[in-house]
Amino acid sequence: MPFVMPDLGPVMPEIVMTCLALLILLADLVIKRKETIAFLSIASAAIVTYLLAGSAGITFKGMFIADNYSLFFKLIFMLNVILTVLISVKYIAIEKVNFGEYYSLILFSTLGMMLMASAGDLIVLYLGLELMALSAYVLAGFLRHDIKSNEAAIKYFLLGSFASAFLLYGISMIYGLTGTTDIYKIGEEVNRLIGESKISTSSPIHPFTHSPLLLSIVMFAAAFSFKIAAVPFHMWAPDVYEGAPTSVTAFMSVGPKAAGFAVLGRVFLTAFGAARIEWTGILIPIAALTMAVGNIVAISQTNIKRMLAYSSIAHAGYMLLGIIAGTSEGMASVLNYMLIYAFMNIGAFAVVIMLRSEGFKGDNISDYEGLAKTHPLAAALMLVFMFSLTGIPPTAGFMGKFYLFMSAVSAGYVWLAVTAVIFSAISAYFYLRIVMYMYMKEPKAEVQLSASPGIALALAITVIAVLIIGVLPSKVISVARIAAAGF
Amino acid sequence: MLPELFFGYYASAIVIFSLLVVTRSNPVHSIMWMLLLFFHIAGLYLFLNAEFIAAIQVIVYAGAILVLFLFVVLLLNLREELKVKKFIGSWPAGLFIAAALLVIILSVVKSFVPGPAGKYSIEFIKQETHTKALGTLLYTDYLFPFEIASLVLLVAIIGAIVLAKRKKGN
Repeated sequence: MPFVMPDLGPVMPEIVMTCLALLILLADLVIKRKETIAFLSIASAAIVTYLLAGSAGITFKGMFIADNYSLFFKLIFMLNVILTVLISVKYIAIEKVNFGEYYSLILFSTLGMMLMASAGDLIVLYLGLELMALSAYVLAGFLRHDIKSNEAAIKYFLLGSFASAFLLYGISMIYGLTGTTDIYKIGEEVNRLIGESKISTSSPIHPFTHSPLLLSIVMFAAAFSFKIAAVPFHMWAPDVYEGAPTSVTAFMSVGPKAAGFAVLGRVFLTAFGAARIEWTGILIPIAALTMAVGNIVAISQTNIKRMLAYSSIAHAGYMLLGIIAGTSEGMASVLNYMLIYAFMNIGAFAVVIMLRSEGFKGDNISDYEGLAKTHPLAAALMLVFMFSLTGIPPTAGFMGKFYLFMSAVSAGYVWLAVTAVIFSAISAYFYLRIVMYMYMKEPKAEVQLSASPGIALALAITVIAVLIIGVLPSKVISVARIAAAGF
Repeated sequence: MLPELFFGYYASAIVIFSLLVVTRSNPVHSIMWMLLLFFHIAGLYLFLNAEFIAAIQVIVYAGAILVLFLFVVLLLNLREELKVKKFIGSWPAGLFIAAALLVIILSVVKSFVPGPAGKYSIEFIKQETHTKALGTLLYTDYLFPFEIASLVLLVAIIGAIVLAKRKKGN
């Protein structure tokens, strides 16, 4: 078999990312100032972002697809890296885990996400997912003298491997049925299988047309639901988000979730596109349960990281609406929301990180009492992010939810959109409770803020983005529409 | 008939040995059952005409990884370990879900129709030899996933060092 050198143009950003991550790993040996390493990782993300623009195409026989869809997700990942590194610099010094490997693991994890977003083959998808997840497990346990961080890492690792096993089982089933692992070829085969089974069964829209295919879809849904933390595969999220270093929590709440949605969108809309009736039947209960459990359980939390974990579960539920809609408009609203979510969620975590100082954990909701009197600017920023997470205009969160729910309504899922609106009204209780604590209570103890130029910059970027997208959303949604045009 | 018997033996042995691995309270016993388990998995690979993977299974898993496991167990305090409860309280729920999944899979597998076969038939493998066919594939069609796998291993090494070696940082 003659070997033809594949076109490396489309994978250039990934190759450069790998080299830069390895370089940072080595640079850690000679550079003693960790701020320099942090700067290098931000520079790496910037270089990769620059390269992304010129890398479109399909290579490695369809295993790697660099299209507008993956490009949009990769921009979210780069944003996630930059914001996470900005909020990490001071924080990991306070936590006494100021190691260079932290930054290279973040880059490797992001590389895994990029591969997932571009995967045209289930094997690449799986390996990208493992690369992302393995780095995230280590990052979750980065505070290795902290028992909660250890617990987070072990829990994430065990449940993550369990989810991977489900994914592999689903992949092996679909490989047995179709004889290929290429996502687009699977799409054609599934179309044929569905067609055949519709002829053989009398009812044209029989819900269980092809049971092995359905089982495979269920396995995929379970594995991806784990990655996006959807109910009933959300059990790990609160413990892991609470135990992991806060900067890593911010990273995990955006990156793996976005990557999960990237593969969910591509696999379900392309490979299982013909089986839409089947998988909407699976995803609708998951979405409804996710919104319900996320929003209702968040009410009773006393730890802000746990509360944000349940909030992130609930947001996964909202975003599932766009997938369920199954149209390119629905997918565009998911992309749009994912970007907005990255800004508002990392912004909220940046405020949470500021409250952590030497000898003060600052992750209880009661620590926010009277923050507006002692630190008015931090309180005002938290107010914006809480408003945005609730979905109150003129913040970006409102526009994001608006497009998501609109896409669900126009696809005919009016009751699901109504449910989502009801649950986001419930969510106002626990988001605005923090605002109430900050503005209407007297400060109990003196809270020291550990601000740094990095956090200041991250907060500035996120708050400006949240407000600008909230007022002028058309630019972002039109870019998202171009990215999702293929579906 | 003979292939079915062969497969039936290996498949049921793998299930039984896996159960034994997770239910023993002495970790050394678990590892010994795991050794048998790995050999049976290798047998299953041989049954599929995958002699290279079978050899790797024995050399890497039974040879290298299992010895590492034994080293780790040597570092544990076995007497303490024997007193620790094997399962957490909610194991019946797990058993129920596993049993339900088994029933669902068994009922589904009946209507399973294999898809179109690829070009790697048994005759092709016999003529080409398995090692060569696998090697060619790994370095041509599957070059990209192969490279990603190397990164996964690298991250595992970095992770092990980060989590296990470092003292408290500055």
